[in-house]
Amino acid sequence: MGTIVQFFQAIPIDLLIIQTVNGIVTGMILALVASGLTLIFGIMDVVNFAHGELFMLGAYLGFVVFAATGSFWVALIAAALIVALLGAALQIVTLRPLIGRDPLNTILATFGISLVLQNYALWQFGPVVRKIPAPIEAQFTLFYLQYPWYRLLIALISAAIIGGFWLFLKHGKFGVWIRATAQDRVMAQAMGIPVPWVYTGVFAIGAAMAAASGVLFAPMAGVSHTMGLDWVLKAFIVVVVGGMGNLVGSVAAAIFISLLEAYATIFVDPSQAVIVSFVVLILTLLFRPTGLFVPTPK
Amino acid sequence: MSAAAATIAPLVTVDAVHTYYGKSHILHGVSIDIGPGEVVGLLGRNGVGKSTTLKTIMGLVQPSEGTVRLNGEAITGLPPHKLARRGIGYVPEDRRIFRFLTVMENLRTGLDRSGVDDAKRQMLLDKVFQFFPVLAERRTQPGGTLSGGEQQMLAIARAMMLEPKIVLLDEPTEGLMPRMVSQIRNIIEVLHKEGVAILLVEQNVPLTLEASQRVYIMEKGSVRHQCAASEIDIHHPIVKQYLGV
Repeated sequence: MGTIVQFFQAIPIDLLIIQTVNGIVTGMILALVASGLTLIFGIMDVVNFAHGELFMLGAYLGFVVFAATGSFWVALIAAALIVALLGAALQIVTLRPLIGRDPLNTILATFGISLVLQNYALWQFGPVVRKIPAPIEAQFTLFYLQYPWYRLLIALISAAIIGGFWLFLKHGKFGVWIRATAQDRVMAQAMGIPVPWVYTGVFAIGAAMAAASGVLFAPMAGVSHTMGLDWVLKAFIVVVVGGMGNLVGSVAAAIFISLLEAYATIFVDPSQAVIVSFVVLILTLLFRPTGLFVPTPK
Repeated sequence: MSAAAATIAPLVTVDAVHTYYGKSHILHGVSIDIGPGEVVGLLGRNGVGKSTTLKTIMGLVQPSEGTVRLNGEAITGLPPHKLARRGIGYVPEDRRIFRFLTVMENLRTGLDRSGVDDAKRQMLLDKVFQFFPVLAERRTQPGGTLSGGEQQMLAIARAMMLEPKIVLLDEPTEGLMPRMVSQIRNIIEVLHKEGVAILLVEQNVPLTLEASQRVYIMEKGSVRHQCAASEIDIHHPIVKQYLGV
């Protein structure tokens, strides 16, 4: 017992605070990616394997718009809008005809979209990592680190987007339609709600959220055609741990897992810290398959 | 067919409809019609295709043969949301309240559509809250927390938000206590006075005969008998034969 206490006392408090900040910042971007994914799953029962590529495409579009306009904020908004339109078109062409079919069909369709988008990006932009400069270069001193303000800004913007979306779901006309459709698709139709268009709208919103997070993340690690892979994998873990289709659960799970990983890097290499996510995933699937943040159904 | 219904063009016509669930042949050429503002009862034992007839009219099940018409215009194959906007209200057997939506949000699913301005919205809400004061009291409560009777009221009120020309009522009194049953009976009467046509599917034969002007009796996916509701009662041989009352 004494050894364990000594072990934890040996962790410098400054390192712990730095990692907490890191964990929350990464957690908020992850929450934004995962919100789109969990929304699409919760409402349409579609496991969207192309989500990471919408994230990547958002980042590339952000890069292109930034190169043309020189404004990060214009790039952020334009990328989200263009990817929303693209998402709507993809849904109408590839997923809408599959409504009511075996879920395997939609999984294969989104997987196909993911491959097409990834290879399109490689063909169009090549393997070189592109960079979007952060809109704020200023830094502040966090113990012995010069910590970029931009990272905190990302966390705030992500929180604002998720919060705004939550309010829209709660009070907006389309929000009520989305929730009604999620609860009972047949009855929603019988109440005059155009369910096929609700699906298209939901897919477009999910795609826009992925694109926005892609642009926000780009100044931190650059833009490449494979950048979506890591994020979508983690977002899937978050969606399962948070409870499939549970928006609040996903946000909580994203922060929870990111914090665990951040703390793990105090002791191990960051590439090994990823193991923590998988351990949480496996434990969740074994003991609480409905997710950590929803009551176990009775 | 009654004299009134014969002279006025029917609001909804179901014409020789055949419906399948997979390979099971459920409706075998069902033909019924409902006049504007008319209350029509659809009687029959469990599993004879009454609910499937309603679902076919609502577009939730597509017939393989035959047509459904609304005001003389074929509506077969139209998606349910377009039929709802054209004035078909549906109150399903298990009520299917949006459980996690509040009472007000449940009503909003039918109110948030083009052509409903603030004045009309208020008028429609005032009307249902006058019929169902309990819903006004519980407007911020999730639909799933209401009692069975209150959920039935909400299901009917929700359909009324669409300003329907016809309401398809599927077993509205099932599982309700007697006081609620008489309240549902009153609601049918109110809707009728408002000029809304009703196609009523019920196991409760006395209530159906009392509330309806005409009845159809179904057996094994076909209409076996139709007559004015006043022509028969629960002791009538036909009722005994097809409904075993």
